[in-house]
Amino acid sequence: MGEKKTKVFNPAATLNEIENKFEMFQILNEKGEVVNKDALPDLSDEELVELMTRMVYTRILDQRSISLNRQGRLGFYAPTAGQEASQLASHFALEKDDWILPGYRDVPQIVWHGLPLWKAFLFSRGHFVGNQIPEGVNVVPPQIIIGAQYVQTAGVALGLKKRGSKTVAITYTGDGGSSQGDFYEGINFAGAQKTPAIFIVQNNQFAISTPREVQTAAKTIAQKGIAAGIPSTLVDGMDALAVYVATKDARDRAVRGDGPSLIETMCYRYGPHTMSGDDPTRYRTSDIDNEWAAKDPIVRFRIFLEGKGLWNEQKETEVIERAKEEIKEAIKKADETPKQKVSDLISNMFEELPHNLKEQYEIFKAKESK
Amino acid sequence: MAQMTMIQAITDALRCELKDNENVLVFGEDVGVNGGVFRATEGLQNEFGVDRVFDTPLAESGIGGLAVGLCLTGYRPVPEIQFFGFVYEVMDSISGQLARYRYRTGNTFNMPVTIRSPFGGGVHTPEMHSDSLEGLMAQQPGLKVVIPSTPYDAKGLLISSIRDNDPVVFLEHLKLYRSFREEVPEESYTIPLGKADVKREGSDLSIFAYGLMVHESIKAAEELEKEGYSIEVVDLRTISPLDIDTIIASVEKTNRAIVVQEAQKQAGIAANVVAEINERAILSLEAPVLRVAAPDTIYPFPQAENIWLPNYKDILETAKKVLTF
Repeated sequence: MGEKKTKVFNPAATLNEIENKFEMFQILNEKGEVVNKDALPDLSDEELVELMTRMVYTRILDQRSISLNRQGRLGFYAPTAGQEASQLASHFALEKDDWILPGYRDVPQIVWHGLPLWKAFLFSRGHFVGNQIPEGVNVVPPQIIIGAQYVQTAGVALGLKKRGSKTVAITYTGDGGSSQGDFYEGINFAGAQKTPAIFIVQNNQFAISTPREVQTAAKTIAQKGIAAGIPSTLVDGMDALAVYVATKDARDRAVRGDGPSLIETMCYRYGPHTMSGDDPTRYRTSDIDNEWAAKDPIVRFRIFLEGKGLWNEQKETEVIERAKEEIKEAIKKADETPKQKVSDLISNMFEELPHNLKEQYEIFKAKESK
Repeated sequence: MAQMTMIQAITDALRCELKDNENVLVFGEDVGVNGGVFRATEGLQNEFGVDRVFDTPLAESGIGGLAVGLCLTGYRPVPEIQFFGFVYEVMDSISGQLARYRYRTGNTFNMPVTIRSPFGGGVHTPEMHSDSLEGLMAQQPGLKVVIPSTPYDAKGLLISSIRDNDPVVFLEHLKLYRSFREEVPEESYTIPLGKADVKREGSDLSIFAYGLMVHESIKAAEELEKEGYSIEVVDLRTISPLDIDTIIASVEKTNRAIVVQEAQKQAGIAANVVAEINERAILSLEAPVLRVAAPDTIYPFPQAENIWLPNYKDILETAKKVLTF
């Protein structure tokens, strides 16, 4: 096309223009300095301390979970270190009655939302009691099928809207998850039906081993929300304050009736994809690891809080000790849970067992009583 | 009582349940103003409002996800998949999610969803509209799979499905939608899921069938009667779980059986029925149990449909083999 025509018809320039509008939203930089004073959230000192407490606690939970897994005392586990701001500051913007539809790395959010830790450990071990969610805790068990939680979140949000409830449904996936058809269907349904949903993409740069640039030509994942007609932001996912502000804003708009939002949090998982044999040295260099370690969410939030006189070494030690103690207790409680039986599993299939399962129930009941 | 076609009976069942329970929601592609491409939801949006009967964006997996999420907030969704040939797009929601929810949450959540969908051959649809994919559903533990063959059954079974607290896949044969009318009560009534129905009593041979094939089987039975045979036709109605008691009682009475399905022969419902009979009643049998089914090809192009689909002549032929064994 000639130069004259490209002036009036230039889709490439339109794309470029849109993509360049997605700048990363940040409040605290890597050094813990406030770079966006006007955007600082309206959080009390106690709330800031609580958020830090949760991040420190969760880092310890991650370390202990990895070591328990290595000892054979936990099963399936997806490490969370590096993603604390992304996970816990977004959760911190929620209210108790909001719904969480987690991916399998998002166990910390559902624990802080009310799922007892010993149940989270049972989930990891592969025991159904871990998925028996206590009444009044609005979470579902972690989703294994990447993206399925997105379409279901559109459903929960539609239900909340129909009930006239001033609550939201929030869900999480990763950069890889944003390639799924269900990702698009979920954000598109929620947009079309204008429902109170918050879709978070924790872009930790790798889907197992596949780097972000292999997933999509899109410069940001956030911009994918524009196609669905929903407000979308790119946020520094290592900055707890930025993640909190973006999620709080999305929640406020959702409960006002303004519909869903998409938030991309730029972050990194320090550990392997899961503890089931993944070796990140096959696909990440130590240079990349170091680059991200320098952006650590806890380090920068600690500097910020210390500067305000809200945090010190003693406080941190107290949180670490408390975490270790509670983890020990939770493991003990998980150990005390009776082993699951096939007859239990059979009776969880239907409200009323059909012919075939009744027969099979009797067979296993007899075997188990021997 | 009113004379209704099957499609009218289905609409009537939906109306009864929308009236009866405010948590019942009907949604899918074109189910609103348009009343569904077959008019199964005709007039329902007008009567119950756009909040309870609504169109969705065109995406089956999204529809499945809505169903799961709406259950979590206490609703009783009745989504429509426009044609069951499109089920592959929503397989994860059905098999990976809905069917497993009660089990994986140790009975703390349940999914009272009824997925309605038309299927079945003989009406010259484009590709992927006519396939009999009930076997895929029956393979999935945690689902109930219901296939009515008459307007009366369709209404009672659909109401039971919607009231059931576990997920039900309710498959409606395209060719039966408007093929005949019968008396259907205007009030609400239920027919239990998991119960077969003896559509025609007989003593020499049992024919087990479901959907359109019930009618082909009855036609074959009438022909055989002219030759002096007494044929029992059992409509399975629910293909998962199977009504073992009715199947075995019939075989023990007639001592001979065939099983008819419109689907391809491989790994089908008929094979499952044969296996149940072999395991439970082999000593009652005077002859092997044979199957009538479509060939193991992809569903044919419309112009070859009528020679590919099983019909009463195929049933007649197979029945005679068993009767004269």
